[in-house]
Amino acid sequence: MLRYILLRLLQAVPVFFGTTFLIYFMVFAMPGDPLLALFGEKTPNPAVLEALRAQYNLDKPFIVQYLLYIGDIFQGNLGISYSGREVSAILVKTFPVTLKLAVMAVALELILSITIGLFSGIRKGKFFDNAMLVVSLVLMSLPIFVIAFLAQFFVAIQWGLASPTVGGNTAWWNMLLPAIVLALSLYATSMRLMRGSTVETLGNDFVRTAYSKGLSRRRVIPVHVLRNSLIPVVTNSATNFGILIVGATVTEGIFNVPGVGNTLFQAIVRGERPTVVSFVTVLVIFYVFLNILVDLLYAVLDPRIRYV
Amino acid sequence: MRRLLTATAVASVAALALAGCSNGGGSEGGGSSDDAAIITTNGNEPQNPLIPTNTNEVGGGKILDAIFAGLIYYDAEGAVHNEVAKSIETEDSIVWDIKLNEGWKFTNGEEVTAKSFVDAWNYGALLSNEQLSSYFFEDIEGFSWDEDSELTGLEIIDDYHFTVTLKHAASDFGQRLGYSAFYPLPSVAFEDMDAFGENPIGNGMYKLAGENAWEHDVKIDLVKNEDYKGEREAQNGGLTIKFYANQDAAYADLLSDQLDVLDQIPDSAFASYESDLGDRAVNQPSALFQSFTIGQFLEHFDGEEGQLRRQALSMAINRDEITDVIFQGTRTPASDFTSPVIDGWSDDLEGSEVLEFNEEKAKDLWAQADEISPWEGTFSIAYNSDGGHQAWVDAVCNSISNVLGIKAEGKAYPTFAELRTDVTERTIDGAARSGWQADYPGLYNFLGPLYATGAGSNDGDYSSEEFDSLIQEGISTTDPEVANQKFQEAQEVLLKDLPAIPLWYQNVVGGYSTLVDNVEFGWNSVPLYYQITKQA
Repeated sequence: MLRYILLRLLQAVPVFFGTTFLIYFMVFAMPGDPLLALFGEKTPNPAVLEALRAQYNLDKPFIVQYLLYIGDIFQGNLGISYSGREVSAILVKTFPVTLKLAVMAVALELILSITIGLFSGIRKGKFFDNAMLVVSLVLMSLPIFVIAFLAQFFVAIQWGLASPTVGGNTAWWNMLLPAIVLALSLYATSMRLMRGSTVETLGNDFVRTAYSKGLSRRRVIPVHVLRNSLIPVVTNSATNFGILIVGATVTEGIFNVPGVGNTLFQAIVRGERPTVVSFVTVLVIFYVFLNILVDLLYAVLDPRIRYV
Repeated sequence: MRRLLTATAVASVAALALAGCSNGGGSEGGGSSDDAAIITTNGNEPQNPLIPTNTNEVGGGKILDAIFAGLIYYDAEGAVHNEVAKSIETEDSIVWDIKLNEGWKFTNGEEVTAKSFVDAWNYGALLSNEQLSSYFFEDIEGFSWDEDSELTGLEIIDDYHFTVTLKHAASDFGQRLGYSAFYPLPSVAFEDMDAFGENPIGNGMYKLAGENAWEHDVKIDLVKNEDYKGEREAQNGGLTIKFYANQDAAYADLLSDQLDVLDQIPDSAFASYESDLGDRAVNQPSALFQSFTIGQFLEHFDGEEGQLRRQALSMAINRDEITDVIFQGTRTPASDFTSPVIDGWSDDLEGSEVLEFNEEKAKDLWAQADEISPWEGTFSIAYNSDGGHQAWVDAVCNSISNVLGIKAEGKAYPTFAELRTDVTERTIDGAARSGWQADYPGLYNFLGPLYATGAGSNDGDYSSEEFDSLIQEGISTTDPEVANQKFQEAQEVLLKDLPAIPLWYQNVVGGYSTLVDNVEFGWNSVPLYYQITKQA
């Protein structure tokens, strides 16, 4: 087990160098001088521009810039944004907000999709199942920004049930609306997976055996059916975290959540290399860890799976 | 009810702790007894630390204007009033004699003296300090773009009296002094400018609510400065500027009274904001001029042929229709190169008919130009697609190709930085959208930096001796009437040569919530926050 975890962690090292290099290269290749944009429509004096370029190492070739950046990272320094703030400070401030939003969204999504998927599976072909199929098809076909705008307009502005934006108040109840929007955007796929997996599990011999042993539905469904049907849903929710980050960029913009998505978007617009690369790198590392965690979860769900 | 509240509070504290979030929940911060009288408004996370000479964008400028008082200030119409200055006098527009009022203090107790200004300006002008607004000091004696150099033109006579000597006459120098680059700084600022930029100490109507009043990417809390000595005393308890990455979110907050004043309605709401807000909607011209610039270095666009083509293009654009259809009346068709909110503006300059839609004349002028050298190829207008310009560029190109029968199209650049790079390096191969927001309410600011030969922001490399000398005469005189007269004559030259094609003035389009009164927008599109009152 330990050996497996260590191996998986070692795999993260090339992933780290690969992604930072690629992202750095891509941001570097973005045309246009980001510093020029700092001056708006006004054309800066060349002397000031030169000095600023030197300050951000923008006057050096790509590979030197990248190595300087990596060197700084190993000294615990993620660089300075063009607004003169430590990138690490921005990260520390924004990451918990997005993480909280993501955890809330995934929790909501799992609760909804597992219960509804399970019941749909049990009542396959009945009215409830068909109704839920229609609902999930609608949700699947709606882009996330449509759901977000509709929720903001009706729930917050028309009915006054929530604040239309999050802003500085990142208490969980104030982030419920964007979390629900994110959850809904992920819900449909997970629910269909759960339903399909439930139907399949119900047809298995061990379920029939359990019933024939005289076990009640109340024991068979949670212990035998639910547990065995969860594996695809759990795998899916790990990939969902990736989708969540994309969704969060849109949702955070619409609901003005001061999180990673919002900041990252601004940084990309401004061509801020240190901010973009550091943010994406942290997201990648997070994603890798999450995948390891999910792999380990399999063993809990299905004791036959063992990592040696 | 109380139990429910407690339960919610406990749950949210638990959730915060669980998520490892150190944020104490935003809206209740501050702790002032006057919480209800705090006005909220929209803003953007400042792009730089809040140092007056290093802030050249609206997000930070708005905050600086609230927490600093300069020598002068501008009222809603852009007229100049003395603030810290008791008098600003000059006889030749070269030596400026500035006397200060006594008794002004920074919020840390330090007195505002002549030294506060002189030190701040010297800091801002020093080349190695890389200040974004350093060009504001380039007219002062001693300024250098080549090496670090002290502003030798600044001389302290006594604590409340100093003089400024310029390299050459600048009649509007006194008018510039209300811009944020000229604000005074307390001596503590020079000990650690970066730290100061995080927690600036000013002498204005408002001050920061505390050590961490600036919550990055979220908001900044300002409270009334009780020690403020000027005429613009705050009629409310304070100002919270909430940062929005996207204006739609700010508009949603305004609609549900979560935001008191919004100075920028998003494009997506142009069609509905008037019915949404009723008489709380604001739509008035501002000091923002928009145009597209055709470089003199482009083929077919210099000399007599160029002049004919420029005039033809200008007359082929139906400005009234485009501002109406694309912008829902939130732009005002241009009739000169400046802005109607600036003193001295005129809409009947000689030659301004070139800005009116006239199909016959446009065709005729284009044909005359074709006789000199036939046109071939495509006329393009470059724009940055991250700024919402596509719709009007397409409309303008359509208008041109319909009237002149040539191919005209927009050329999209993904980012503003990319467009500016091609413009600055003169690698642009067609026209490019351009615009100008005034730093201070003076005609010269719209003309000198943009069209004078060799000027810093003369992106089209325009050069006209006649224009240069008129501008020079205007800026050298001490009589404002004469100066404005000269600037208008200079504009008449521009109307013939059209180095840029004026399109329209951007209006300030905003609104306010049902909770506030006395909302008025200033010449620079920023609401006059100090006079807003909040209903109890």
